[in-house]
Amino acid sequence: MRGIGAAPYAGSMLTFLFRRLVLAALVCLTVLVVAFALTRLSGDLAVSMAGPNGTAEDVAIIRKNYGLDRPLPVQFLDWAVNAASGDLGRSYLYRAPVSGLIAERLPITFCLGLTGLTIALLTAIPLGIVSAMKEGTLLDRGIGLIALIGQAMPSFWLGLVLVIWFGLKLQWLPISGTETWDGYIMPGIVLAFSAIPALLRLTRAGMIEALASDYIRTARANGLSVASIVLKHALRNAAMPVVSVAAVQLGFMLGGSIVIETVFALHGVGYLAWESINKNDFPVVQAVVLLLAMIYIGLTLAADMMNAVLDPRLRAG
Amino acid sequence: MKPVLEIENLRVGFPDGTAAVRGVSLRVGRGETHCLVGESGCGKSVTALAAMNLLPRGATRSADVMRFHDEDLTRLSERQTSRLRGARMAMIFQEPMTSLNPAYTIGSQMTEVFQRHRHATRAQGMDRAAELLERVGITAPGMRLAQYPHQLSGGLRQRTMIAMALMCDPELLIADEPTTALDVTVQAQILRLLQTLQRELGLAVLLITHDLGIVARMAQRVSVMYAGQVVESGSAADLFGAPTHPYTRGLLACIPIPGKTPRDQPLGSIPGSVPKTGAEFAGCAFRDRCTYATADCAGTIPHRTVATDHRTLCTMVPA
Repeated sequence: MRGIGAAPYAGSMLTFLFRRLVLAALVCLTVLVVAFALTRLSGDLAVSMAGPNGTAEDVAIIRKNYGLDRPLPVQFLDWAVNAASGDLGRSYLYRAPVSGLIAERLPITFCLGLTGLTIALLTAIPLGIVSAMKEGTLLDRGIGLIALIGQAMPSFWLGLVLVIWFGLKLQWLPISGTETWDGYIMPGIVLAFSAIPALLRLTRAGMIEALASDYIRTARANGLSVASIVLKHALRNAAMPVVSVAAVQLGFMLGGSIVIETVFALHGVGYLAWESINKNDFPVVQAVVLLLAMIYIGLTLAADMMNAVLDPRLRAG
Repeated sequence: MKPVLEIENLRVGFPDGTAAVRGVSLRVGRGETHCLVGESGCGKSVTALAAMNLLPRGATRSADVMRFHDEDLTRLSERQTSRLRGARMAMIFQEPMTSLNPAYTIGSQMTEVFQRHRHATRAQGMDRAAELLERVGITAPGMRLAQYPHQLSGGLRQRTMIAMALMCDPELLIADEPTTALDVTVQAQILRLLQTLQRELGLAVLLITHDLGIVARMAQRVSVMYAGQVVESGSAADLFGAPTHPYTRGLLACIPIPGKTPRDQPLGSIPGSVPKTGAEFAGCAFRDRCTYATADCAGTIPHRTVATDHRTLCTMVPA
């Protein structure tokens, strides 16, 4: 019987993965349609590309050259098929392939997002655990206050304060750019600050619930060490909502870091999106929306997978 | 013979001012099943948790004597007590559905206990776990070890809990309403299992229950608890044969005995409810529900000895 018993749930893990992948593909398709529709709904692209001084002939030429005179479904299919093969069109503004523009900026955004998430998790999880273990004490309330302040502080302001103190007065860290790794520290901290409160509260709430559960009583009755009780038995059960939210937070950090990229002059994807929206560079906008949506879908999928690893009951359902 | 667990005058208080346990004394000997009976909230679980040092945060405990073999439980630190728990004194609970960690396999959870106390390898732990699962009547232990709690029925989970409690050969097993959440047929199986294990391993068992049927079946000794006190204690034969405390008698009148209880008469019941007992509470806590209550019942009542090893907390028994 040991043979069968070795991995009773390996099959259902694959089923679970497959179901999630199908779902992710459907969401991708929806995103493609929406991303395409959005740019077409924001006005006649040929007119805005021709500029305020463009004549009707210019518009007609642009329309023909860019294939905008074709029926929308054809345009969509053309774009979607190209996008699937990695060709996201050419930027009108930079006169260069969009994929190249994004590939150049993506590493910066990823480094920033990962730095932010790492700082956020390394702060929020230990504080959340301590807060839960000391529930109701002064320490717990102090930590709660920190979370509240973090939530209330606007990130552009925190960014500027950090720049003034650590960049200008103390001169510990560079105030802008990403030439060296330490250029990511301050923007990372600012990004982390917005994610910490939610992660901290979730960790705390999850840990309080887990620590009060019957299986923790069993673990204590079996004389397990405090470290094992807290970090192995309780944290694993408290971690699931934290994982889900951390994935969303990372997506937010990757897509919504426009303010921070501006404050610290980081030329990441957020900055590129901001620029393209202003200049009506629609292939870039489309591509960024698509990319961010894919990242979100990928992250959510990853979070689901991690949760399925954490909680065997999910694999069955 | 020296008792395995000995408690004298145990008191447990909660932060809200309730005195959950007010001077409980009991002894559990090797190879003996001691039943702690009483209704919900009478302090029987709290007594057990106090012995295990598992009381919720904020609860205070004190005792004149609280000894496990030669270990003075009142003096041990939490770290030292945790070395005894799961190793020499084990406990199982009422809620088999939630008492196992849903995130880890049965084998992993059982093995961890063995590794913690015996400094054994994982493989040794797994072997021991398989051996015990078999011992508690679980077929195909190899398969069960790799399963998660949600894949097991309530009865299987409770068997697993028992097996896990026995991983390190404890001398004392505290079972807190181990069958309450189970089907009647499964209840009977689990009780039979506990009896067999106790006989074969020479365990001292402290069995907490509200079910006098279980007491009649399992107990050598019985302590009846009411409002945080042991109101009567003695051998099972004494308590069932010659109960002296009105509460014990009231409890016994509540169970129908086939062939003895008249069919057309209602079963006994005890009117009223359990009073709130703070630290200041004096006298017999049962006096407001007792038909024999006199003025004396409001004063301090010392334990009276009815016979050898049969004690009661009632003024009706001459001191």
